[in-house]
Amino acid sequence: MAARLGVEVYLDLLSQPCRALHILLGCTSLPHTVRHVALRRGDHRTPEFSQLNPMQKVPVMVDNGFVLTESDAIMKYLVNKYDVPEHWYPRQPERRARVDEYTAWHHTHTRPHAAKVFILEVLLPAQTSSPVDEERLSRAVSQLDDTLEKLESMFLRRQPFLCGDDVTVADLLAVCELMQPEAGGRDVLQQSPQLQRWKSRVRAAVGDAFDQAHAVLYAVRDRRRAKL
Amino acid sequence: MQGVCSAAAAMAVELYLDLLSQPCRSVLIFAKKNNIPHEVKQVSLMDGEQHREDFGKVSLIRKVPALQDGDFCLAESPAILLYLARKFKTPDHWYPADLQQCARIDEYLSWQHCAIRLHGSKVFWLKLMIPEVLHVEVPKEKMDAAVEELNGSLKLLEEKFLQDRPFIAGDHISLADLVAIVEVMQPVAAGLDVFGGRPKLSAWRDRVQAAIGKELFDEVHQTVMGSQERVKVMDGSKLEFSKAKILKFFM
Repeated sequence: MAARLGVEVYLDLLSQPCRALHILLGCTSLPHTVRHVALRRGDHRTPEFSQLNPMQKVPVMVDNGFVLTESDAIMKYLVNKYDVPEHWYPRQPERRARVDEYTAWHHTHTRPHAAKVFILEVLLPAQTSSPVDEERLSRAVSQLDDTLEKLESMFLRRQPFLCGDDVTVADLLAVCELMQPEAGGRDVLQQSPQLQRWKSRVRAAVGDAFDQAHAVLYAVRDRRRAKL
Repeated sequence: MQGVCSAAAAMAVELYLDLLSQPCRSVLIFAKKNNIPHEVKQVSLMDGEQHREDFGKVSLIRKVPALQDGDFCLAESPAILLYLARKFKTPDHWYPADLQQCARIDEYLSWQHCAIRLHGSKVFWLKLMIPEVLHVEVPKEKMDAAVEELNGSLKLLEEKFLQDRPFIAGDHISLADLVAIVEVMQPVAAGLDVFGGRPKLSAWRDRVQAAIGKELFDEVHQTVMGSQERVKVMDGSKLEFSKAKILKFFM
């Protein structure tokens, strides 16, 4: 009988959804093998990777031949299939629906709006060796602030976590997106004490897995700081 | 009889919908197809009804579709569809118990937000609503770019999500196909020939329509399919309050 290696996950820890998945795997101790994909090197555009995922994106999960993309689908699959605490993706219909509601909204709000700040402040200037477009960045920050306000008033409200009393995959997805602008030294939650407290609770809930997933991001941030 | 009727009424979920909106159509088709007791509450986006105070109590997010089931309120069509499927125990093929098959559906529901949904909506607005209702000219390059993006998404739908399967998750229609078809119909309603030169996509559309029932499909799509005619007589001032936001988002 072949030894089970657990699931294989193709990740680049500079990618927000990859970190969310990495944290889930880390704090649930699910057996897994990480295959590193360096987006900066174009690893995602190779013929081999494109065969695995024609969308040329990370993360990708392979579970004994079953290939799955999209971080939220991957995390839900893992929680459904393996013996992990069910609070990550609760089974009770209304609680599960709350997580589904957030993961859908995430795609059109938290993810694009936080990513845009990172792209304008860090990625584009690095790739094009040009200065930051301050006007566009300012608009992007403003748009993200609107989204943070909605995150707080529509999802978090008075709850400890986004979808209720316990941490779920929704919190992982959100927190990793909101960490991305840290690469440029920007704390997007600076003006939001409620969200800062939420983030602390998420960090406490996942333990070391948080910093382990973010090590690469911290390194990027620290290198940039050293240059300035 | 009266006891049964009031029990059914008590069980009915409220669905807040505007059938011009793609995700509203998938929710309504699903509810009707599966005989889920429901009451439709119209929310006219063109008339800004999503900003009504009472609607804000149902949907903090102020988006349609929204569901109210007793005290439980829910937004976002993938969440609503999954909730209805689980609560009303709809036939397995819509969202199978098999973990790999339902993961395939989750994968599609996730991907489509920033792909077909985004690109199809953009074409609808750039081709029809912005020029005909807001009376703003759309530069050819922007229109061409939007159609190119949509083409890219349609290609992925065919080559990655369908491949040689009759439906996205396999042999039977599922929530993924339902969510896909309503989005594909949006640029069609704006007058773009999406199916021409795409025999695979056309064949899939025919299967999806047959599985849903052509009558139900056409009934739910009637409003949006009348868009090209309706914009000729539409009062453009209705959209003035969101004009800046619309232009910023799509142009």
